[in-house]
Amino acid sequence: MTQQNNGVAASVTQTQPLWLLAEVTYRCPLHCAFCYNPTDYAKHTENELSTEQWIQALRDARKLGAIQLGISGGEPLLRDDIEDIVIEARKLGYYSNLITSGVGLTEKRIKAFKDGGLDHIQLSMHDITEEINNFITNTKTFELKKKVAAMIKDHGYPMVLNVVIHRYNIGHIKEILEMAESLGADFVELANTQYYGWSLINRSQLMPTKEQIEFAEKVTNEFRSRVGSKMKIFFVVPDYFSERPKKCMNGWGEVFMIVTANGDVLPCHSARVLPGMEFPNIKQHGLEWAWKDSPTFNKYRGDKWMKEPCQTCPEKEKDLAGCRCQAFLLTGDAEAADPVCSLSPNHHVILQAIEDAKNPKLQSQPIHFRTDKNSKKFVEGDLKELVKEFHALP
Amino acid sequence: MNNTEIYTLAPHYRFQWEEAQQSYVMLFPEGMIKLNGGAGEVIRRVDGKRSVDEIVHELKLAFPDVDDIESDVVAMIQLAVEKSWLVLAN
Repeated sequence: MTQQNNGVAASVTQTQPLWLLAEVTYRCPLHCAFCYNPTDYAKHTENELSTEQWIQALRDARKLGAIQLGISGGEPLLRDDIEDIVIEARKLGYYSNLITSGVGLTEKRIKAFKDGGLDHIQLSMHDITEEINNFITNTKTFELKKKVAAMIKDHGYPMVLNVVIHRYNIGHIKEILEMAESLGADFVELANTQYYGWSLINRSQLMPTKEQIEFAEKVTNEFRSRVGSKMKIFFVVPDYFSERPKKCMNGWGEVFMIVTANGDVLPCHSARVLPGMEFPNIKQHGLEWAWKDSPTFNKYRGDKWMKEPCQTCPEKEKDLAGCRCQAFLLTGDAEAADPVCSLSPNHHVILQAIEDAKNPKLQSQPIHFRTDKNSKKFVEGDLKELVKEFHALP
Repeated sequence: MNNTEIYTLAPHYRFQWEEAQQSYVMLFPEGMIKLNGGAGEVIRRVDGKRSVDEIVHELKLAFPDVDDIESDVVAMIQLAVEKSWLVLAN
């Protein structure tokens, strides 16, 4: 079943960040159609934080209680100071996770990471076929990923594979799991695409059918019972096909804190889409203030902000009304119930999206790959019409 | 489980005291388990050198007022093995 928020314990009594996600750059050599990064990321690639600023952020977050560190992006390996960040992370007592496409991982760098104390490398894989891998990432990276997987294993790292699932690879789950097994994977995350950023504008082109998802889950369960505990498989259920929303981020400002490439501090990956928010930035504010006192982090804590039907819903503690970004992106109201919920008055937008994804005309629209060129079109407004229908204005 | 067996932390797992949470935690790729006081006392003694029997003995001395420490320790270690946190040392 779903392992929300990457397994970080939900039973926290006082609010403290357990997770610091460092999105160190939005530059990326891959152009994945399902990327959750903001469509206007081109704007955020300027003014990246310096090594010293990152190290200070790591120290400050650790003081607040953060213990898991994700080093992500974009492709983090495009920065040449990940080695320094890793050394500092170990010194501070973080469990550090490098989340990478594998592009840019060399023998020299992986050795430096190991010596510096990096705990784990999560590699993204896309398919068993070169064709689909190269199509969905819009790059020729198939052979490279296999080489990198072997390198990770050779250096004594746990093999953790993340496979984002969409229409183009959902029929290959069994083969993907077999490949993972033959690579010696310890953990495999089959992450059904969640629709934010680039994946939202490509939603009709990426979304599988309910039957495909049910079949994929069945295949996963069969595989799991065969391999037992030697390979842990997480199947992240796509929320569009659920009756109730996910408890997004385990609650806004509860355990998760993101620092972006240019220093913004966010409670979740896509919070920048929300209207009227002024995010703290580590160039001006301390992380302690950001976490404890900033209006942004306090805005959706607790349940006072909720509207009906959530406010009086007996299940509100279970999902905290779902995802604020999804509510805004799909209904135009950030305080509305997540429309994934069947009790939401806007639930029809989800049902329509599922219908649209079955429409051959919409399915076959050209995919907008995550490229600098396309991102600039979002910044400059050339593609605004496209995002208006989702309210997904950058 | 044989109580003469010696266990150690599985590769890729890390066990440490967390000041901010005032507890021991088990860390693994992208995840964390917060251990209660008793579990922390057991796991921190699992070091690839001490057998289950030796850990039981130590804990009996450290906590003379607690009844039936042995079954608690064995249950805790068994659970940790099932969860893949601990493996046999060799």
